[in-house]
This record gives sequence, structure tokens and C-alpha cells, in this order.
Amino acid sequence: MDSRKAKELLVRAVTTFVSLSVAIPLLWIVADVVIKGLPAINFEFFTSLPAPFGETGGGVANAVLGTLVINAMSSLIGIPLGVLTGIYQSEYSGEKRIYSLIRTSIDSLAGVPSIILGLFAFTIIVMRVGHYTALAAAFALALIMIPPVSKATEEGMRSVPIEIREAAIALGLPKWVITLKVVFSIAKGSVITGSLLSFARISGETAPLLFTSLFSYYWPAGINEPMASLQVLIYNYAMSGFGEWVTKAWGASLLLLLIVLMINTLVRAVSKNKGGY
Amino acid sequence: MGQKIPSFLDSAVKYGALAASISVVGIFFFLFLTLFSNSIPSITLNGIDLLLGRVWNPNGGAFGGLPAILGTLFSSLFSLGLALPLSMSISIYYTEYAPTRIRSIISTVMDLLAAIPSVIYGIWGLWTISPLLKTNVEEPIAATIGFIPIFSGPAYGLSIFLASLVLTIMITPIISSLSIEIFSRTPMHLREGMFALGATRWEVCRKVVIPFAKRGVIAAAILGLGRALGETMAVTMVIGNSYIWPFSSVSIFSPAHTITSKVASEFPESVSNAIQFSSLTELALVLLVISLSINLGADLLLKRVKGGG
Repeated sequence: MDSRKAKELLVRAVTTFVSLSVAIPLLWIVADVVIKGLPAINFEFFTSLPAPFGETGGGVANAVLGTLVINAMSSLIGIPLGVLTGIYQSEYSGEKRIYSLIRTSIDSLAGVPSIILGLFAFTIIVMRVGHYTALAAAFALALIMIPPVSKATEEGMRSVPIEIREAAIALGLPKWVITLKVVFSIAKGSVITGSLLSFARISGETAPLLFTSLFSYYWPAGINEPMASLQVLIYNYAMSGFGEWVTKAWGASLLLLLIVLMINTLVRAVSKNKGGY
Repeated sequence: MGQKIPSFLDSAVKYGALAASISVVGIFFFLFLTLFSNSIPSITLNGIDLLLGRVWNPNGGAFGGLPAILGTLFSSLFSLGLALPLSMSISIYYTEYAPTRIRSIISTVMDLLAAIPSVIYGIWGLWTISPLLKTNVEEPIAATIGFIPIFSGPAYGLSIFLASLVLTIMITPIISSLSIEIFSRTPMHLREGMFALGATRWEVCRKVVIPFAKRGVIAAAILGLGRALGETMAVTMVIGNSYIWPFSSVSIFSPAHTITSKVASEFPESVSNAIQFSSLTELALVLLVISLSINLGADLLLKRVKGGG
């Protein structure tokens, strides 16, 4: 065998080996979380408040509810803002300089480390209100949602074929009808995909919550109060070193991993089958 | 169009969208302004010490950020150094050798790895990997080549080495997905030309695909670096949170700090100490400036690649 063929075989072998071995961390993490998390899962885990430090039993129900409430609030702020900025960029920003100012700002916002968004929310909301609050968490997480939702909206709307716009113009429809009822409704799939993926993303975000909603051992008492979340529970309990709590942290990780991976797989399956716009 | 009076709804939609865009741009600039103005006490009091000082002692009024800054740079660059060859191998295998079914498996694995929340990487690194790494990797290495200072013991498990490894797993999918996309943009006629000359796949890859993709791959690497610099939870949970590295011990098996782990572990409690609060804010500002310059650079590179391709 000459050296060219040998080199070819070597490259092929090495790259195959490396590519297949990246599945190892994924399988390892998933298996680990399932094996260590399952013992924590029982009826009480889903229905009870956390037990005090040192006591066994208790659940994470308030943290599940807290994550859902915080996510819902963030979506309520982040998705409309993301969609509107996406619509503006795709349909209305004729001036190139204004377009690139908005585009660059939103792209840069996507590049801001999430802990800095938490620090920002802490400084302008928590310090002013005087206590930790879930509202500040919703604000910080909304800032994470805006860029991907905006991008998905803009790209979805831009990819609507020119013929459809022309047909709508030929019908004499006003611009807002063309924008919202024609172009936007065709692009809706892309907007929903982007929103769901950003929802999955914020479900796992932890750093901003440490400075904003913090944690609570009770049921959510109001949106302007500290609030438990699965993410912060995992962090606090995992770092506590107390066996019972570490097991609970693994159980909560299993729950969180299921939520995040399920949304991701679902979205990818749907967007792959649909194709088209 | 000019003479037509737009209906109320026309302007409502237009200006609603404009107002949303302006407010997002405004928030972004306000973020900068807030961080900067809160950094001013630290800038005037600490001066260059925040960037070059080695001691952090809030009660003694010493706020040196150098170990944290070096921790951020070292762990990010180390993980990039590991992730880049891995990503290149994956991209080469994906575009040159992989059958279609394996391709879709690889991209699913990448997507899922990128979707796992960082706090789960953290708990996995903290409770599963750290003890294994300590007894099976760090201690044997320290026992055999520990005379080289960067590999010396004692091995802690929770170390800057572990943080870098976890970061590697987190950024490899990001760099790989992007470089696969760039690799597959190689013009078909160039590849076919090489094949017609009797080149092997690796030769095509080395002579055509890689030179063609070089700039895009650099951009992908920069984006991965940006992600590693700002990563907080996984790092905070596995790095050991200590200023031991790199001045008390240069060993990569020592616990260390990054800017993010420092801010995550001290920021909320710092409110009562105005200078500590301001110093941590300034560290965050340093990280923000680094992250944004990196992202901007990668964006420019990618735009040129896409424009030229």
C-alpha cells in the first residue's frame, strides 16, 4: 500500500473514531441523570414543598411551579418584543443604517453572557425594589429570548416568496394586512419554532436567577417575590453536599433534562418534516 | 405610495414594531451604561490593580482581579485548544466519509449536547466526573510527571483542568455544527476537479475544503471561545472557586476562579460593601467588552465568508 492510501485510511479511522466518541458524553450524562435521579422520583417529589435541611422526604413542587411561572412571564415579555423587532427588520427598516444598528444591537445582546444579564437585572430592579423578585428574573430571561425569536421571525418572513407579496399587493391589500395576515401568518411556523427553542433555552438558564428570583422554600407568593426554580434548586442542592439534597438535585436534573430535551426533539422533528418556508 | 395617507392600522403596526426595536436597542445601551457607571468607584479607587492585582480581600480593601481574568482566559483557550481538533475531525468525517444515516445521528447528538442546561453539566462534573478524574487522571499524572510544575499535586478534582474539560464538551457541538455548515459550502466543481485528478478524500479535504473554509472555521472557533468565556454555572460548580491558581500554585489540578465564578459566588452578598460591589461590576464589564468584541469579530468574519461564498 502506498503512503497516500495509508494516510487516507488513517484520517478516515481517526475522524470516525472521534465523531462516534462525541456520543459518549451525551449518553453518559443522560444515563447518569436517569440512574441517580430516578431514586428521588416519587409522588411526594412532585407534590410537596422541600423538606428543611437535615430532614428526609419533601419534594420540589414549588420549584417546578416557579420555573413555569418565571418562564411564562419571560415569554410574555420576550416573545412579543422579539416578534415585533423581527417584523420591523424584515418589513419596515428601509434605511440601511437603522437596520444595521438594530441588527447589531440584537446580535450583540445574544452574545452577552447570561450572568451579566442577571447582574444588570439585579442592579436596576432588585436593588431598587429592595428584595429579590421573580419579575427581575423574567426581565433577564426575556432579554435572552428576544434575539433568537427576532431572528426566527425575520428569517421566516424574509423567506416568503416575492410572488405571494406581489399577489397581495395586486389585491390592493393595505400594508398592515400584507404584513400580519399574509407574510407573518406564512412565517408563523418559523416564529413558533424559534419561540419554543428559546423557551427550552431559558428553562435551563440558571445564572441570571441567582441574582433575581433567588430561591424560596415555599409556594410562589406573588410575582414580585423571591421564587423557587428547578435550576437554582439543582445548584443549591448539588453544592450543599448533603446526601438527601444531592439526590433531590439529581431528581430535579432528570425533570429539567426531560423538559429541555423533549422540547428540542419535538421542534426538530416537526421542522424537519415540514420543510418549505 | 408617497401621496397615500396610511391608515391608522398601518401606522400602528409600523410604529409598534419600531418602538419595540428602539426599546431593545435602548436596553442594550442602558446595560452598558449601567455597568460602566457602577464601575466608576472601582475604576477610581482600584485603578489598574483590578486588572493586575493578585489579592482579593474585600475586608482589607484589596480587589485584584488578575487570577480570575487569567482563569477565564486559560480555561477558555485550553478548552478551545481541545475542542478545535475534535470539531475539525467531526466536520471532516461528516462531510467526507459519513453515510447519511450516521450524519443525522451526529447532528442530533450535537443538537442535544448543545441543549443540555449548563447546571446539569455542572452537577455531572461535580459529582460524577470530579472524583473519577481525581483518582484516575490527576493523581497518576501528578505522581509520574508531577515534577513539572503545571502537573504537580496535590490533585483536587475540582480544578481548572476539570472546568476546561467540561467547557470542551460544551463548546465542541457549537464549533462543529458551524464548521460542518461551512465545510459543505465548498464549491462542488473544485472538489470534483480534485477527484478527477485522482486525489483521495483526505487530499481533497486538505487542498480544497480546508483552505476554502479556513476563515469560517476561525469564526466558528471564536464563537466557541465567546461561549466558553461567559459560561457560568458549569464552571462555578467544578472549578473549586479559589484564588490558589495561578500564583500560589501553577498546577492545572488546582482549584481556581474565573470572572464568572467570582461574580456568581460573591455578587449578591457584595451589596453591603460598595467597593466590592463596584469591583465585581467592573470585572463583569471587562468580560462584557471581551465577549462583545469576540462576537463582533466572528460576525464580521462570517459575513465576509457568506458574502464571498
